[in-house]
Amino acid sequence: MPTDTDAPITPANLVKQPGGQTYVSRAITIDRPREELYAFWRNPKNLQRLMDNVERIDVIDERRSHWVVKGPAGADIEWDSLIVEDQPGRRIAWQADEGAQVANRGWVEFRDGPPGRGTEVHALIEYDAPGGVLGRLIAKLFQREPNTQTRRELRRFKQLMETGEITTSEGPRGAGRHEKKEA
Amino acid sequence: MRALTWHGKHDVRVETVDDPKIVNPRDLILKVTATAICGSDLHIYDSFIPSMMAGDVLGHEFMGEVVEVGPGLRGEGDNAPLRVGDRVVVPFNIACGACRPCKTGQFSGCDNSNPADKGDISEVAYGHAVSGIFGYSHMTGGYAGGQAEYVRVPYGDVGPVKVPDGLTDEQVLFLSDIFPTGWMAAENCGIEPGDTVAVWGCGPVGQFAIRSALLQGAAKVIAIDHHANRLALAKAAGAEVLNYHEVKVREALMELTGGRGPDSCIDAVGMEAHGFSPDNIADAAKAAVRLATDRTHALREVIMACRKGGHVSVPGVYGGITDKFPVGAFMEKGLTMKTGQTHTQKYMKQLLEMIEAGQIDPTFVISHRLPLEEAAEGYRLFKENQDEVTKVVLRP
Repeated sequence: MPTDTDAPITPANLVKQPGGQTYVSRAITIDRPREELYAFWRNPKNLQRLMDNVERIDVIDERRSHWVVKGPAGADIEWDSLIVEDQPGRRIAWQADEGAQVANRGWVEFRDGPPGRGTEVHALIEYDAPGGVLGRLIAKLFQREPNTQTRRELRRFKQLMETGEITTSEGPRGAGRHEKKEA
Repeated sequence: MRALTWHGKHDVRVETVDDPKIVNPRDLILKVTATAICGSDLHIYDSFIPSMMAGDVLGHEFMGEVVEVGPGLRGEGDNAPLRVGDRVVVPFNIACGACRPCKTGQFSGCDNSNPADKGDISEVAYGHAVSGIFGYSHMTGGYAGGQAEYVRVPYGDVGPVKVPDGLTDEQVLFLSDIFPTGWMAAENCGIEPGDTVAVWGCGPVGQFAIRSALLQGAAKVIAIDHHANRLALAKAAGAEVLNYHEVKVREALMELTGGRGPDSCIDAVGMEAHGFSPDNIADAAKAAVRLATDRTHALREVIMACRKGGHVSVPGVYGGITDKFPVGAFMEKGLTMKTGQTHTQKYMKQLLEMIEAGQIDPTFVISHRLPLEEAAEGYRLFKENQDEVTKVVLRP
């Protein structure tokens, strides 16, 4: 089984590759115990609630899940993801299987904050988009968006864990020129 | 339902929009019985607040009756969840009650009340995502406000406070914002016996800051404005008053304090300072072409006037950037500055008890009463006649 425990990825030792890989790293502090946050993240099905661009996540077995993500121009991008490292209550690392259209891997760590300050959640996600026209579109999606997506996903994670719900301002509004037209 | 919506600079309209619905488990829906136009709504009316979208429902000072509750409201015993029929007043800012800022009483720093996508704007502008506010642009969440017949209140188990039957809507409505805001402004002065507190701006927040400073033990309060009616209201509360059209403010303050300067100075003016001083005219010109956004004349004067080692308290709203900040005076005189959106939830119950006990009657600030249908006229009146208009209360 592949594992990256021997060479932990940290932002400090990651170099942007000429092949177009890109990574995003970000941290957020959540006022819940590490174990609880780990348990939520360990079930890929749960992550669907946090992720805007994910259509579906199917759990295949204890370590494998199948991901379907909204791609450019209505095309879905799919891959199997494999948990390659699992330290209960502390760290989960994953990577896409070898045949994935968009090679990607990442990890999330749960670290105790200073006393009384909750759990620090650190995440790093790395993408490697293919060539070609579709590749460029995917690169656009995966290389520009990950920052935004990751930021929002971690915020939603914190909201859900701390408040029990994902914050929304959905509500009434008047007719404005920015209003989306109903099809 | 009917609601007041924003469509552009000096363009607000009462129109028919969809009724709000329960979306999240801890939501409740309020039937609004009274709502008010805030001085900070005028910043939106004047297009000084970025990230507004045409059609946004305004209003962050409101109260009413609970007509629907979500299935997941938290609390038990004395903190049992609200029920349909309860009469409540709602804080203008939204707080989850579960994050560390909320748990430590810093409700306006709530980490969770701004939706994940909307938080991006302030993270770029301010370095951190700010918390949610009703009816106050998409930077603060894009929530529909309370100048409407109904409003959705997220985290209905944290903010809204039940109102005793014996008190009228008008007596408690200002617990939503301006009374706690004035109270916190005075608290941020760290008032000690014998202190003199100077208050720039005798609008509604300034009026409550004046009264709060006196209630918190200030020996003397000096109020500064140029509107005769507003100065008269300040005088009625026991303040000495200065009209900045008639005197040089810093010199007058020095005389009134025996050459010491006020111990604490409150900027209850904020980003749209009036006046014809050279720095303010330069600010206005830059703001008009968006080279800078905030006109900070009042804040500069506050820093120049405050005594050495004194406290500067800033409840006035700022949103952008400024220049010519007198950083030398600020540092060399060893001033302490405290500011921020109000931790409304922290103060509401305490101030409600003071209203019940007759220590203060907040209705003094109301000058106009209009039906919600005439809200646009209320904005126009407030904007064009700030001498006569101190607070407009709207009834749906």
